[in-house]
Amino acid sequence: MSELWRLTAHEAHEGLRDEQFTSVELTQSVLDRIAAVEPKVHAYITLTAELALEQAREADAKFASGTATPLTGIPVAVKDLIVTKGVRTTAGSKILENFIPPYSSHVYENLRRAGAVMVGKANMDEFAMGSSTEHSAYGPTHNPWQPGLVPGGSSGGSAAAVAAGEALVALGSDTGGSIRQPAALCGNVGLDPTYGRVSRFGIVAFGSSLDQVGPIGRDVEDVATMLQCIGGHDPRDSTSNPEPMPDMRHYLGRDIKGMKIGVPKEYFIAGMEPGVTARIEEALATLESLGATVDRSLSLPSTDHALAVYYIIAPSEASANLARYDGVKYGFSDRSGPTMWDNMEQTRAQGFGNEVKRRIMLGTYALSAGYYDAYYLKAQKVRTVINNEFAEAFARYDVIVTPTSPTVAFPIGAKVDDPYAMYLNDIYTLPASVAGLPAVSVPCGFSEGLPVGLQIIGNFFDEGRILQVASAYEQAAGFRNLLAG
Amino acid sequence: MALTSAEVLHIARLARIALRDADVERFTAQLSGILDHFAALAAVDTEGVEPTAHPLPLSNVMRDDLVAPSLSQAEALANAPQAEDGYIRVRAVLE
Repeated sequence: MSELWRLTAHEAHEGLRDEQFTSVELTQSVLDRIAAVEPKVHAYITLTAELALEQAREADAKFASGTATPLTGIPVAVKDLIVTKGVRTTAGSKILENFIPPYSSHVYENLRRAGAVMVGKANMDEFAMGSSTEHSAYGPTHNPWQPGLVPGGSSGGSAAAVAAGEALVALGSDTGGSIRQPAALCGNVGLDPTYGRVSRFGIVAFGSSLDQVGPIGRDVEDVATMLQCIGGHDPRDSTSNPEPMPDMRHYLGRDIKGMKIGVPKEYFIAGMEPGVTARIEEALATLESLGATVDRSLSLPSTDHALAVYYIIAPSEASANLARYDGVKYGFSDRSGPTMWDNMEQTRAQGFGNEVKRRIMLGTYALSAGYYDAYYLKAQKVRTVINNEFAEAFARYDVIVTPTSPTVAFPIGAKVDDPYAMYLNDIYTLPASVAGLPAVSVPCGFSEGLPVGLQIIGNFFDEGRILQVASAYEQAAGFRNLLAG
Repeated sequence: MALTSAEVLHIARLARIALRDADVERFTAQLSGILDHFAALAAVDTEGVEPTAHPLPLSNVMRDDLVAPSLSQAEALANAPQAEDGYIRVRAVLE
């Protein structure tokens, strides 16, 4: 069999189960694809080809012994802030260039228990701070649909790998849109779970009241399967939800007749590209044709404030979380100065990139004496206002549907020197992040030859419902397994 | 509201990041620009609104205090830039 990398994970599972090919053959096909396209795409920081083939052999043994699961033998890309024992984990930063973790994250342990195969650690904006993957210390990832354009970010490597066939599925992380926005720009399905659904044990921390790990795949079923694998309670993360994980597959392929969909008018703004607007309108018409009620009268008046709330709270939390990179315990260390304090200031000056420095300083300022009430506390209060608006909306609607990003992929370099213009990329994904709600982006067509994403936001722990809508939409619209190049 | 370069230097010192002169100039302009966009928050009526620190109603999550295996000393020190006799070594803390 040739070009096995074109398969989705569930298609590949059927082939493995029916002995049409082995995981070693499937993995080799993906590794060959990586060799062919990686020079153009640069989706990975570290490739783990040898480890992948070893894991593939173990997977084939699982099929032989009848202990295989839906992810056994499936080649997966893992975002490089997900700690993997014995495999370098950089978080896209020079400060962790040589960091070899002594333990594994909960999500990687779960993937390994399921028998998944890790082909590499995916590129990302440094410490997940960015919307284009240009802030990686290891060079930008290119959008596989058109090299020279960004893949989105911060999980741009994960999304690009899946879109280019350099992995069948991937793990990303989402703090303010970092799974959904690159999934939209690369034509993938990407899901940001409810805050607390997936354990953050072993995830390099950015904004602790916001960070979640989630899946990226080429169709809704693959994303549901990945979420099933990584979700559920983990006592090692005190914010992990103690409720058991429901069966996500139960929600796939069901109809959405009578479902109430709210479309907030505040999301249809001047900065939205006409091609994106057209695709979203078509998607809303499709949802209506499936028997759902699409109500355009929904108003979430504080939507505009989510950006400021997020860019105060996330940098504040980051300034505390990134204090650990001091050149003392692990990571890059500059020892040229005479005292520990000189070393620390130089370590951080050389080890962090400009966007990380900007956010640390922004957070340090927002938390500093005299400004705490005006910035951090005020942002936390406006966060409550945003949450309350969503709570009221979910009393009336089953899901909320919006665009994922106001634009399609943009050129590398276009926004990198204008931090605020870059922040505006997240304008549609930030509100659900601030509220901790689950949201999925599904492909809804193309504009100027580039993918457009539709965002479906659900109530707390209602991933099943958003996957149900995503699955019904995908079946009707037919945008699935979109491979670039 | 515009930040001054002196304020940026103060913030950088609090954050333990050494800045070059060119950095100070760039970050002063960029951070001031970003903060200007945040000014609109002041107009939001939050009288009597409780702050949200965390999206979930979980609090005081407890577990049994059990002894469990942890990293060995060698594993814990494996990534240290400098280690000696089982300790992490740093330069003088006091000047």
